[in-house]
Amino acid sequence: MEKKRGRKVMEDKEEVAHKGIAASFLCIAVFAFLVRVAVSLHPYSGAGNPPKYGDFEAQRHWMEITLNLPPKEWYSNSTSNDLSYWGLDYPPLTAYQSYVHGLLLRFFHPEAVSLFASRGHESYLGKLLMRWTVLSSDALVFFPAVLYFIAVYYAGHSNGRKTDIAWHIAIMLLNPCLVLIDHGHFQYNCISLGLTVAAVAAVLSEKELLACFLFCLGLNHKQMTAYFAPAFFSHLLGKCLRRQNPLLEVSKLGLVVLGTFALVWWPYLHSMEAFLRVLARLAPFERGIFEDYVANFWCTTSVLIKWKKMFATESLKLFSLGATISSCLPSMVQQIWAPSSQGFLYGLLNSAFSFYMFSFQVHEKSILLPLLPATLLALEEPFLLKWITLNALFSMFPLLCRDKLVLPYIALSALFILICHHVPDRRQDRKETRSFNSFMTTFLVFCSVVLHGVYLTMDPPSRYPFLFEAVIMLLCFSQFMFLAFYSNAKQWMLLKHTILMDKEKKLL
Amino acid sequence: MSELLWFFGVAACVKLLLIPSYHSTDFEVHRHWLALTHSLPLSKWYSDETSPWTLDYPPFFAYFERVLSIFANLIDTQIVHLQEGLNYSSDTVVLFQRITVILSDLCLLYGVYRLTKDLDSRRRISIWVLIIWSPMLVIVDHMHFQYNGFLLGLLLMSLSYLEEGRDLMGGFVFAVLLCFKHLFAVAAPVYFVYLLRHYCWGGFVRGFRRLSVLGAVVVAVFAAAYAPFVYHGQIQQVLHRMFPFGRGLCHAYWAPNFWTFYIILDKGLAFFLKKLGFAIQIPAASFTGGLVGDSSPFAILPQITPLTTFTMVLLALSPCLIKAWRDPRPGMITRWVAYAYTCGFLFGWHVHEKASLHFVIPLATVAVQNLDNARHYFLLSIVSCYSLFPLLFEAQEYPIKVLLLLLHSIIMWLAFSAQFTKEETAPIKKKVDQLEKRSSNATAKRGEGFVIGGVEKSYLVGLLAVEIWGQLLHPLLFGDKLSFVPLMLISIYSGLGIMYSWIWQLRWIIRSPNI
Repeated sequence: MEKKRGRKVMEDKEEVAHKGIAASFLCIAVFAFLVRVAVSLHPYSGAGNPPKYGDFEAQRHWMEITLNLPPKEWYSNSTSNDLSYWGLDYPPLTAYQSYVHGLLLRFFHPEAVSLFASRGHESYLGKLLMRWTVLSSDALVFFPAVLYFIAVYYAGHSNGRKTDIAWHIAIMLLNPCLVLIDHGHFQYNCISLGLTVAAVAAVLSEKELLACFLFCLGLNHKQMTAYFAPAFFSHLLGKCLRRQNPLLEVSKLGLVVLGTFALVWWPYLHSMEAFLRVLARLAPFERGIFEDYVANFWCTTSVLIKWKKMFATESLKLFSLGATISSCLPSMVQQIWAPSSQGFLYGLLNSAFSFYMFSFQVHEKSILLPLLPATLLALEEPFLLKWITLNALFSMFPLLCRDKLVLPYIALSALFILICHHVPDRRQDRKETRSFNSFMTTFLVFCSVVLHGVYLTMDPPSRYPFLFEAVIMLLCFSQFMFLAFYSNAKQWMLLKHTILMDKEKKLL
Repeated sequence: MSELLWFFGVAACVKLLLIPSYHSTDFEVHRHWLALTHSLPLSKWYSDETSPWTLDYPPFFAYFERVLSIFANLIDTQIVHLQEGLNYSSDTVVLFQRITVILSDLCLLYGVYRLTKDLDSRRRISIWVLIIWSPMLVIVDHMHFQYNGFLLGLLLMSLSYLEEGRDLMGGFVFAVLLCFKHLFAVAAPVYFVYLLRHYCWGGFVRGFRRLSVLGAVVVAVFAAAYAPFVYHGQIQQVLHRMFPFGRGLCHAYWAPNFWTFYIILDKGLAFFLKKLGFAIQIPAASFTGGLVGDSSPFAILPQITPLTTFTMVLLALSPCLIKAWRDPRPGMITRWVAYAYTCGFLFGWHVHEKASLHFVIPLATVAVQNLDNARHYFLLSIVSCYSLFPLLFEAQEYPIKVLLLLLHSIIMWLAFSAQFTKEETAPIKKKVDQLEKRSSNATAKRGEGFVIGGVEKSYLVGLLAVEIWGQLLHPLLFGDKLSFVPLMLISIYSGLGIMYSWIWQLRWIIRSPNI
């Protein structure tokens, strides 16, 4: 009788908790969507800036191409598809997405996507419809993925407080960098990142096949999703190795991966030549090892060592491949050795960091990828999240300045700080380092605020026209390096923790 | 206070993001006033006719614009240039004016702070959410462009003083408010009766002394505002500008008030009588045009003059005034003032739809008092926010206004549910109870928690239907023809809700027991 009542209470509690999650998710999601719509009022990249415009024009051009040409010609240079003008250089899923969105645009505003005639098309309705395609993708992919993740992540800890969960949802949905890039600058990162979040949630809920499928979709939307591939690979491999029949498990996953890829690449599988042509478009090695002023290893060290001048592209490719693999190896080894949910999230962060730091052709926006696992870990690592977000924002500041997005930059940073202000801090063990920490963080925040002001108001000396960008890059790079070391160390400390736990269990 | 600042900060971030959104001609009106007060001497402020947007607010608002124009001049001299600044709309001027609105909301913040500082935390947060995050203020102030948040802040400050029993300060702040915007004067009779009875009554000598102190304060405020214009011999001109009765009974877009029904009734009667064979002359003046000349615009029903509307407002106010006279209680003052603005909104002359802010915002503090009030407020705030939708008619802002209202409804629902499941619920009226039982909802049967009745529910669903009709079905079925019908439907349908709110408030005021 007692037990029955107890179970009833538990069920009631669970129901209340679920209702609580749903209500707070709904509320925060509507607010986050409102923020996105408000950001989308602002200018997009390359607005009113002929002849090349910016990412907005690129996406619109892809819609124009996919809508008016058969799939086979999407990736090949021809009289009707000039690849030197924003040629399609994302995997086929992006092309299909462009096609669907192109249909929508053609229905309401045919001039915006007519072949040739629409180049550099800019209009009130055109902007609005384009913005709405991103908004709807966000609402249809990223938001449900976050809900899925939250539901899975907090299904285990029934004692998770309601405010904690609400805070975590807010952090994930109101990530200022993602909102600024997608709805301000104009890109569709919400789709690939949303698919990744859903894949992570599927991994956490032990649905490996679904996870593989979702992750491959993400990979086929944006090749940059490969930043997470080592973590997925090592975690799933580690898990499979612990099962009764490892080979069967691995081959099942492999089949899902191959099947998904075949499905997405179907129009290009009829000949090797077509396949290779698409592949060549996806890996633009001719664009150099880094672009603009990105706060990664190659760009920062090129202040001292002129990589681009000293080495040929071929050797740089090898360098970057070697450096990337060796830097994400420790985290992979940890996951193969002892796969765990928490370790997997750290692994995602670490592999994304090593790709951001060392891989070929990275640009500022790629910081969104390490940022994503940091938001997934928000409740465990509030400081890490705060620090990486602020630095990521700062590292993108020159880019956003060019896009005339300073106002939403300020507003969203302020909003993020306000949300962080309510951080549910459950840790007491950091008190010793706190005074030093707070001194350093205050100093760095002060530096970055000053740099913001300088960047906005002063002209750089004519001898070094990119002096301020370089200083911003140096500052952010140092912070990212520190954070990458920290999170690698944390991942390995998890191992120690679990070993200790195991020992204790044995002793008991 | 720091928590309140948090709420304000979040709102401010959203307002900053909304800076590039659509703004109405009111933006140019206020820009022109900046230029006007900056480049002309005080004696010419109310007589200048460089732009059609002449100054028609009381002097304190003109002084306020004068102060702002000092900063505007530092930022960009073209903003305050009388001729060259006309229709100036560069990024700097938009940024500057929008930020002045956001900063002037600090006054609202202080008003809310004063009003809520003695409440328990749950109620306090509910009120903050309802006022600081009010979608109506965002739509009217931060998109359409006006300074209502600042003025309502003054009103809330005045009410908070009265609730504390500091009547003199309350009267003083209200007098200041009247010199900022005279439309707030609708509540003046309530203030007068209340202050007379609560502050001045009791003993001949004491009463007379207090009356003269109060009078002196009010006169001093008005003197500070109007004396310079009297000195320059401009007072006639000022009053003429402030009370332009040449405008019609209704604004271009009909505010959802009593006169909407009056006009519809007239049109309907004329239509039917004509069908029946009576010779009816339908007047040429169109209500949708906004401006109505001297000829009566009504075919059957008697013409309405400003005097008629004035009498009707006073008549509608009288029960409240009698109550205030009999039993001047500080706890009731907010309700009375809100009721006065509701009457002014329903029966007033040339009422703007934005005037519904004047009673929806103060009623937020009443809403958290008990379940019945919360239910009423839930309906009222949704309806009056919805009635503001026609202000933003461009496609770009459409999702914003819808999301604002949706978010507001969700937050309101959550806040009220959180508040009223934990507390002892006040006795619910039998009628509502029955309705709930009929809907056989599990939570309703328990008779606790925040649940709205069936009539209210179907009314809100109807609101959705009106919106779908206006946005989707009407353009599909009729194209561009009869384009005034969706707007008219919004007016009529929201008018029903506001009439209901008026009756509800009136009944509450009459039923409140005398002590």
